[in-house]
Amino acid sequence: MKNRNPIDSSSLEYIELAKIQGTQTKPEKPAAPAEGFKYIGKATPRVDGKKIVTGAARYTHDLSFEGMLYGKVLRSPHACADVVSIDLGPALNYPGVKAAIKLKEGRVKWAGEQVAAVAAVDEQTAEEALKLIKVEYKVLPHVVSVDKAMAQGAPQVQDTGNVQELNKSNRGDVEKGFKEADLVFEQTYVTNWEVHQTAETHSSIAKWDGENLTVWDSTQAVMGVRDGLARALNMPASRVKVIKTYMGGGFGSKLGTQDFTVAAARLALETGRPVKIVLTRRENSYCVGYRPSSRITIKGGVKKDGTLTALSMKNYNSGGTGRGDGCAEPVVDVYKCPNVKVEEYSVFVNTCASRPTRAPGHVQGTFALEGFLEELAAKLNMDPLELRMKNYSIKNVGDTGIPYSTKGLERCYKQGAEKIGWALRNKKPGGGAGKIKRGIGMASQIWWGSGVPGTLADLKIYRDGSVDVECGTQDIGCGTRTHIALVAADTLTLEPKDITVKIGNSDYPWAPNSGGSQTTPSVAPAVRDAAIKAVEYLKQMASKKLNAPPAEIVLENRRFVVKSDPAKGLDFNEVVKDLRRPAVFHGERSSFPATFAFNSFGAHFAEVEVDTETGKIKVKKVVAAHDIGRVINRLTAESQVIGAITQGLSAALFEEKIMDHETGSMVNPNFHDYKVATSMDIPEMVPVFVDVIDDRLNNLGAKGLGEPPRIPASAAIANAVFNAIGVHPREIPMTPAKVLQALKRKEAKS
Amino acid sequence: MERTGKKKRKTFTRRDFLKSLGGGAVGIGVASKVLGRESILPQAGPGDPEIFSRKKISLTVNGKSLSLEVDADETLLQVLRDKLQLTGTKRTCNRGECGGCTVLLNGTPVYSCHMLALQADGGEILSVEGLAKGDKLHTVQQAFIDKDAYQCGFCTPGFIMASVALLNKTKTPSPEDIRAALAGNLCRCGNYQKIYEAVSSASETMRRA
Repeated sequence: MKNRNPIDSSSLEYIELAKIQGTQTKPEKPAAPAEGFKYIGKATPRVDGKKIVTGAARYTHDLSFEGMLYGKVLRSPHACADVVSIDLGPALNYPGVKAAIKLKEGRVKWAGEQVAAVAAVDEQTAEEALKLIKVEYKVLPHVVSVDKAMAQGAPQVQDTGNVQELNKSNRGDVEKGFKEADLVFEQTYVTNWEVHQTAETHSSIAKWDGENLTVWDSTQAVMGVRDGLARALNMPASRVKVIKTYMGGGFGSKLGTQDFTVAAARLALETGRPVKIVLTRRENSYCVGYRPSSRITIKGGVKKDGTLTALSMKNYNSGGTGRGDGCAEPVVDVYKCPNVKVEEYSVFVNTCASRPTRAPGHVQGTFALEGFLEELAAKLNMDPLELRMKNYSIKNVGDTGIPYSTKGLERCYKQGAEKIGWALRNKKPGGGAGKIKRGIGMASQIWWGSGVPGTLADLKIYRDGSVDVECGTQDIGCGTRTHIALVAADTLTLEPKDITVKIGNSDYPWAPNSGGSQTTPSVAPAVRDAAIKAVEYLKQMASKKLNAPPAEIVLENRRFVVKSDPAKGLDFNEVVKDLRRPAVFHGERSSFPATFAFNSFGAHFAEVEVDTETGKIKVKKVVAAHDIGRVINRLTAESQVIGAITQGLSAALFEEKIMDHETGSMVNPNFHDYKVATSMDIPEMVPVFVDVIDDRLNNLGAKGLGEPPRIPASAAIANAVFNAIGVHPREIPMTPAKVLQALKRKEAKS
Repeated sequence: MERTGKKKRKTFTRRDFLKSLGGGAVGIGVASKVLGRESILPQAGPGDPEIFSRKKISLTVNGKSLSLEVDADETLLQVLRDKLQLTGTKRTCNRGECGGCTVLLNGTPVYSCHMLALQADGGEILSVEGLAKGDKLHTVQQAFIDKDAYQCGFCTPGFIMASVALLNKTKTPSPEDIRAALAGNLCRCGNYQKIYEAVSSASETMRRA
């Protein structure tokens, strides 16, 4: 593979970069010693694996309680209508129905909006009862097409006009930058609505005990839902408890308090019985959000040598009745560029509000920016990777802000390029022969994911030597339980199985929601902090028994020993049995210095084959190289990357929420018509971690990984298609029809 | 209902599988014969074919023989989850599109959401809860743990059952065999690659044993 590497590591850029990086990556002061870990950074199977593979892991779907009722929600069939009246009477009279409530007054703005709900002895009865609720609607004109919503005279979706400013920013002078450029190029890139389609549909169970409410929720945010429910029900947060056991996928759609959860709580209050609401796959397809669409036009100025002089970006996104995503961050931040101007607008249409979707905004912004750079490189007749290196930044905000504490992107480029065989790409896009065209493309990524200062974790040591960790975080499938066990075990020199992990309960010490790739870099340092405090305390105890100063005591392999006389020592259990009571150690994730920027970086390299007769794309291989600081568990980290590539591939080739303009409803609300990638579509995937440890960031030097590998995945595949066929599809999903359209565009040009 | 082992073709895809189910025709056909619940349906008259809304069936579930009354329109999935509290089998799409509810019926993988309990009468069901022998996990289960062949874990029982069915039939599956056998199961977290690794490693372990 050596001779395939197109980047000469002795090239000027690399030497310069290495010099700068060398000074950059040195920590101001060394953090807690991080070497000599037995588990952290290695590959360890999940501590709860047995539960998952035996079916013993209980998800919200799987829970039931004595006397529990089943709730169902009546939803508006109209995309826009005024609710004139709701008659619950016939439903309430239906045998088995215990309660029915109204959920809407005034205007419904999307097909699927909640109107009423019932609670009954079983799901079928509840469903039958919904049909008996009589709702009188005054149907109003709607619009579900972004183009139509932008036109004059379109039905107005919200109280304001349909097009609203979302985000504007400016640095330098783009007009001046364009004048300095040797080449100015403008192009538009489009992404469509991608639905989360979590495996476990959204679900909640509400149960009252006097004035106290407990809710079991399929959620990414036990704390947030606790607060949200308290607000919605106008009750003290101290009387609400939210529990998340196991959860079947969220991807951002389970971050907020669900409207039907509030309905479940109200129905439970009215009936005095627990109420469970489980959404159907159909409801999950059109009622709980999606990734907003984007239509991003980028205009860029560049010198002949590839130096960017100016970038301007205009985006029309649609988040339905919601505001959608700002997508400018990659354009503003990742590459060195003195002049950047951003204008972003939301276009309202009559569908449910979009929700955060794994790397909100960044996926869309990266698809546009990286596609643009790939096309720009072709115009300059330049290696696309060289173009990116030419504009490599070491400070944030396009090299105009504060220095990145660490930035391992150049390592990602180097290792990724090597592993994909970058030299084998078409030097001229579309250069290959035959009807099946092969191509290689790449895309870069930036994200935050540094964790949230103030995250708490309590580590408790019992007198029998057992240990538990309590933390109000939640494991949404990333392996958080295991990460906590590894960090506690490694610090206390115990085994992961010795640690009982208690999470997913809003009564536990505060932790942020599990979104934004912040769980591991928030929670792991807090656990580490608690465990370090425990070790210090136990060293004091051991020092007394061993008649040696505490500084002389070290903890090694479950044993406190005297450094100068290693024969003298006490087992962990012998020390903790002298505790007067179980000892609790409070850990907290510290803050990080404001003088540095903390980001994660990565680059994906994709190889595809495109059948130019059918327009079908086959992704052959994806190499995903990431700088996420210290990897906590290599096994779960690989899964994150592999899963994100798969989702990026799925969005790039298949996924789109399709609306019917006449009725204003979704036409593909199921897995048959809403296509997602299956085992038949999966390429060879190679996750790479470049292991740049950031000691300034936290006591483990770890960054988050949830979002990063999702960001460049679709863009790298689209760029590989460009390299294969010589024309960029500029829109995802790249269905065969769109690929054929792109090929026609090419024919027309030539 | 066969998903694997087709001799004529090397691969058998999820789409083929859906086609083989007849797009719901099986469920509808049976339901119209036996009808649904009493409360909303006309009573049978003289000369009508036998109409019933509940029937006693016998099933062997994870080795245990059971006799139970089921509604005519009750799915096998409902019986497993709601009547027998075997919640390892998941309701994910509830219309035969994702494989989250896969169990083995007489050794063959079936979508339990897409099959009436009546259709399984007299059959032998194996669900994810019945795989381990006491504390000893099935080789496939152990391989899923070792390879981290899951993320949220919700689709995992379905994948494990489909994998077990494959390895029961095919001792040395090729990568294409594995892909084809799992083509009827969706993993939204996208961990397919790890799942192949687990199935492939389990097949090696089973061959060595």
